[in-house]
Amino acid sequence: MLTLKQSRRLNTLLVGGVSWIVALLLFFPIFWMVLTSFKTEIDAFATPPQLFFTPTLENYLHIQDRSGYFRFAWNSVVISFGATALGMLFAIPAAYSMAFFETKRTKGTLLWMLSTKMLPPVGVLVPIYLLAKQFGLLDTRTVLVIIYTLINLPIMVWMIYTYFRDIPRDILEAARMDGATTLQEMVKVLLPISKGGLASTMLLSLILCWNEAFWSLNLTSANAAPLTALIASYSSPEGLFWAKLSAVSTLACAPILIFGWISQKQLVRGLSFGAVK
Amino acid sequence: MADLKIRNLKKVFDDVEIIKGIDLDVRDREFVVFVGPSGCGKSTLLRLIAGLEEVSSGQIELDGRDITDVSPAKRDLAMVFQTYALYPHMSVRRNMSFALELAKADKNEVARKVSEAARILELEPLLDRKPRQLSGGQRQRVAIGRAIVRNPKVFLFDEPLSNLDAALRVQMRLELARLHKELNATMIYVTHDQVEAMTLADKVVVLNGGRIEQVGSPMELYHSPANLFVAGFLGTPKMGFLRGRIASVGAQGCEVELDAGCRLSLPLQAAGLTSGSDVTLGIRPEHLHRSSDERCHLKVKTDVGERLGSDTYCHVRTRSGESLTMRVRGDFTPRYGQELDLTLESDHCHLFDSQGQAIGQPLQQQVA
Ligand SMILES: Nc1ncnc2c1ncn2[C@@H]1O[C@H](COP(=O)(O)OP(=O)(O)O)[C@@H](O)[C@H]1O
Ligand SMILES: [Mg+2]
Repeated sequence: MLTLKQSRRLNTLLVGGVSWIVALLLFFPIFWMVLTSFKTEIDAFATPPQLFFTPTLENYLHIQDRSGYFRFAWNSVVISFGATALGMLFAIPAAYSMAFFETKRTKGTLLWMLSTKMLPPVGVLVPIYLLAKQFGLLDTRTVLVIIYTLINLPIMVWMIYTYFRDIPRDILEAARMDGATTLQEMVKVLLPISKGGLASTMLLSLILCWNEAFWSLNLTSANAAPLTALIASYSSPEGLFWAKLSAVSTLACAPILIFGWISQKQLVRGLSFGAVK
Repeated sequence: MADLKIRNLKKVFDDVEIIKGIDLDVRDREFVVFVGPSGCGKSTLLRLIAGLEEVSSGQIELDGRDITDVSPAKRDLAMVFQTYALYPHMSVRRNMSFALELAKADKNEVARKVSEAARILELEPLLDRKPRQLSGGQRQRVAIGRAIVRNPKVFLFDEPLSNLDAALRVQMRLELARLHKELNATMIYVTHDQVEAMTLADKVVVLNGGRIEQVGSPMELYHSPANLFVAGFLGTPKMGFLRGRIASVGAQGCEVELDAGCRLSLPLQAAGLTSGSDVTLGIRPEHLHRSSDERCHLKVKTDVGERLGSDTYCHVRTRSGESLTMRVRGDFTPRYGQELDLTLESDHCHLFDSQGQAIGQPLQQQVA
């Protein structure tokens, strides 16, 4: 028989062990990608796969030479931040009215908005492509900002709505009694109170925009292509260059990974906001 | 000055009439308490006055100005919420000065008003804290401070004490009464607690189902309830009720035959009384006595007793199965199931007709 203390320790050990295994499983592909990006193409193909090799930077240099990494990265930055900012501009007022001036149709509207996410994007590819062409927006950052804003808006409204709903209505009414206009009520009271939730919504939108590939591949070519398009251009039919593909993927993921790392506290707190309260 | 007039005020939510035509006058420097059971529309009425809900029909006037459609901030009213509703991201100082800041008041003036309010409410050491660093009572004080700073014509309170523990509630109740005197303020106070209503109010407004049941001073309401609802709502323990009918009507009053098995003559005005009609007799615990007096023998069995030390509330059951509460001296300990003879003080009996409206008034109180 185990004493209570022993069984507690065993429990902790088991939970810890399982957590580590899951974490390693999730992390392994990223680790392998980074590792491969420092191999020569020959090492990358070797069987059995090599864990120890002479690292090289030639893949990274090749990418910068051939494609100009920073041009793509800059496009990614502009598009992600642009779409996120634009999305927040629409999502905050929408969520405000839904959370604090609820009507009979609010729930239905929310569900309907979310249901648009179930539509396969390919289904609307042709109309959107034609629209973009008509307005002369093909291969511009503008078109991606607009599209990303639209596809993320339902999630953003939904998330912000959830945070707003947890805020006691009394506080906003107190501000109204104190003489705040609707804009002051939002800027001076509502937004500061919900800044944690807003930050995690922005973060999520940034990550989704950064990783989006379908529309960027279909609507851009040379000028406005973000990093996801750069990666795709390396999986070319002229044979697969594993090491170079790994290097370009590493370069594409790195900024958002680092960004996520820095803000992970914020993200976790934001995502569990409703649950912990 | 603060004279509030409410005329035929109605509020409909989703086709349901919640406030069903309220007429009320609140005079300058009055402490008016809205009291009623939960869900009767007290908060809604207060929010209509505050301007937080739109009026469906009717008028609200403040000092002769029609404010029915004026925005909340421009009504010159301040509200203290049940949940305090402090701005969590602002210090106590900024919570109190926020309204003045928005109104672009002079900086020195703002500082002076905030420190004045902080002094009155003993909040000076807490001015730089955030609301989450305060206890419930302190938060309540900040919420009151926020109202004081604005120097409103009328203070509105929505159950401000119901989130506090019992001891603190009593203390804050006294403080509010003192504040009302010190500030010479006009206050409207919502509560479901009839003790708060009785202790604080100059004027009590008893609400039920979106209507006013009765308006009056606490003592008027206690001694001359207009109907069964008010009679049963005010007073702890509750007034007891006995069914019966009018046996005869005379110049000196009337005789009532109670189902509980006794006949009682009451010195009540005869207007509206006909013999044979069904009535309900109400009697408060302090007007029931143990006795062998000949006037009325109400035979009862004791139920459980509640000892408070100074008094004992003895619950009893009549032969007709109606229960009454009797206040007796603290040293009397009733045995469970004991048979008792009771007399009713006929001067203090209330009679209600089959619609629950009070019939006449006790003759004595009419004189007083
Ligand atoms: N915004 C609203 N929408 C619909 N019904 C409401 C709303 N506010 C209050 N009510 C209804 O009005 C009635 C009275 O509510 P309230 O004034 O809060 O009661 P009280 O404060 O006396 O407990 C309740 O039945 C409540 O359901
Ligand atoms: Mg209420």
